[in-house]
Amino acid sequence: MNVERTTRSAAWARAALFALGPVAVALLAGALLLLAMGVDPLAYYGYVAGRGLLSPSGLQATLTRMGPLLLIAASLIVAFRAGIWNLGGDGQFLLAAVSAAAAAPALAAHAPVWLVLPACLVLGAAVAALWSLLPALLRAFQGINEIITTLMMTFLGVSLANVLIKLVFRDPATTVPQTRTLPVADRLPRLFDTTVSSGLLIGLVAVVAVHLVMTRTAFGLKLRTVGANPGAALHAGLPVPMLTVVVFGISAALAGLAGAVDVLGTQGNVRADWNPAYSLTVVPLVFLARFNGFGTIAFVFLFSVLSIGGESAARRLGVPGYFSLVIVAILLVVLGLAEYLDQRRQRKGED
Amino acid sequence: MGLFTEAFVASLVLGAVVAGVPLLLGGLGEQLSEKAGVLNIGLEGMMLIGAYAGFVLAYETGSAASGFLAGAAGGMAVAALMAVLCVRLGLNQIVIGIALTLGAEGITALLHNVRFATTYPRLDAPETLAIPVLSRIPVVGPALFDRPAIVYLAVLLVGIMIYVYRCTYLGIALQAAGDRPAALDAAGVDVVGTRTVAVLCTGLFAGLAGAFMSIVASGVFVPFMTHGNGFIGIVLAMLARGRPLRVLGGALLFGVCLSLTTALQVAGVDVPTDVIQMLPFATVMLVLVVAGRRASLPPALGSSYERGAR
Repeated sequence: MNVERTTRSAAWARAALFALGPVAVALLAGALLLLAMGVDPLAYYGYVAGRGLLSPSGLQATLTRMGPLLLIAASLIVAFRAGIWNLGGDGQFLLAAVSAAAAAPALAAHAPVWLVLPACLVLGAAVAALWSLLPALLRAFQGINEIITTLMMTFLGVSLANVLIKLVFRDPATTVPQTRTLPVADRLPRLFDTTVSSGLLIGLVAVVAVHLVMTRTAFGLKLRTVGANPGAALHAGLPVPMLTVVVFGISAALAGLAGAVDVLGTQGNVRADWNPAYSLTVVPLVFLARFNGFGTIAFVFLFSVLSIGGESAARRLGVPGYFSLVIVAILLVVLGLAEYLDQRRQRKGED
Repeated sequence: MGLFTEAFVASLVLGAVVAGVPLLLGGLGEQLSEKAGVLNIGLEGMMLIGAYAGFVLAYETGSAASGFLAGAAGGMAVAALMAVLCVRLGLNQIVIGIALTLGAEGITALLHNVRFATTYPRLDAPETLAIPVLSRIPVVGPALFDRPAIVYLAVLLVGIMIYVYRCTYLGIALQAAGDRPAALDAAGVDVVGTRTVAVLCTGLFAGLAGAFMSIVASGVFVPFMTHGNGFIGIVLAMLARGRPLRVLGGALLFGVCLSLTTALQVAGVDVPTDVIQMLPFATVMLVLVVAGRRASLPPALGSSYERGAR
């Protein structure tokens, strides 16, 4: 029993080392880059931590930012674990955001808030799921690679969202094309006495639920089987095409929920040409956590601190927010290398 | 027929060439990697580095040719990183591809911010090479046959790639590296080496594509300026299923769609840009739905090769 405990804690320590080691290396490499740019890395990191983590308003902004990011992460975990490369999250996100932004102010005039908000969340999820139907059917019944189709649908979706904002849902009262703004009072409730949007709760619940469904239930096992070996899954009598369509639906609905949460909780409206492109930045985070829900929460938190802190550092220290992109990229490469070295070490142990 | 004025047709053809060449180069590059079994999601990043490196050198030296060389070298540098990580060490190609794209976006935006953010310098239009006789065809002649040399080179590359794939030993090795790497290995050919060559050439093509965008198409470098062109290139390569001519056709189709906005404005028709921008993507989806055949991608695409692994 004692032995078991030591191996377990050793496994935990290893996991922590594997998560934190690359983070440390990436921050170090980032420090070198800052030095090359003539910026004091300690001052920069200090400022980012201060603004993104340690100041109350910064921490609240960080936690609010986490809501949509976590929902995107949940969307990706479902798809990736089932072996489906849904890279169309940005289009799904934006179309859902636009539908929620168009519906909410219109409905708020006629119905109570507690009814309007859930209805708009569901609407966003449904629109996104619908947007993924074509790639889903093509993949399930024609075997057409979903990387192509979801990317195509994302480009289409971004343009369609702009068309909708400029031509259909445009607020006539503003000069800049944007949808009507949802009054602050009608937005998603804030948590307790803070400015943190309850989108954070929705995101946390979604990630944990997705994690548990994928790892602890028969349904999750089916999906993972399809992901690991579609041929074997078909052989075992699983309805692979049906499951593929379902995975697309769930994944896109979660991405859509992210868009609706961002609009109903934080943005209040959608401006034309607004595209935060969260999806492609969250892909690496989900990989870093190896599709583990709890690990994902940690990485999303870290990324939110970096991006919120980085945004104020951009204004103050003149280091543009693009810097956090570089950090994420380095992090991915370092993690890949760490994994490679670990595998080689293990194989040497076996020989 | 009021729409099809000379000015409209000329600007449509010119726009299609300018928008199509980066897609052609990128698509041909991606096709080469995919043939050899490497899914190169980092294409966008290679193009972006090529665009920046090309712009900087063209700006410093004042010569477009040296800009193109720098762009090609920049693209190859990113490709070398990809070759080491994905081909030698066998890391996940999709993850590393996304990492390279994100990293390239961040690095070029930072470098641009440090050097050019306040000045936004602009390059002179590169010299064009007029092909005798052909360039004097009315309306479309100047748009097609009085272009910078790189445009002809890109089209020539289609023929070169067809020749390489059909008639050379390297072409067969590339195909085998994607279809059945173990067989290639058994035949005594270095799979890792073959794939490395493919990835490096992809970087070269993508770097040229990026340099074309900054040096010829716009004359400036703007952060994130490749704007999804790399991803369109990936799609073109996947749709073309190993045929270089289809990449050319696809690039022209996309190019025409992308340039339709400006051409329509020239003709005085006001169609929302966003609607026009949807055309090429809608076309691809339509083709997929109608043609609906099973995409025949190389069987070993996306998986790294390791000798003796089961």
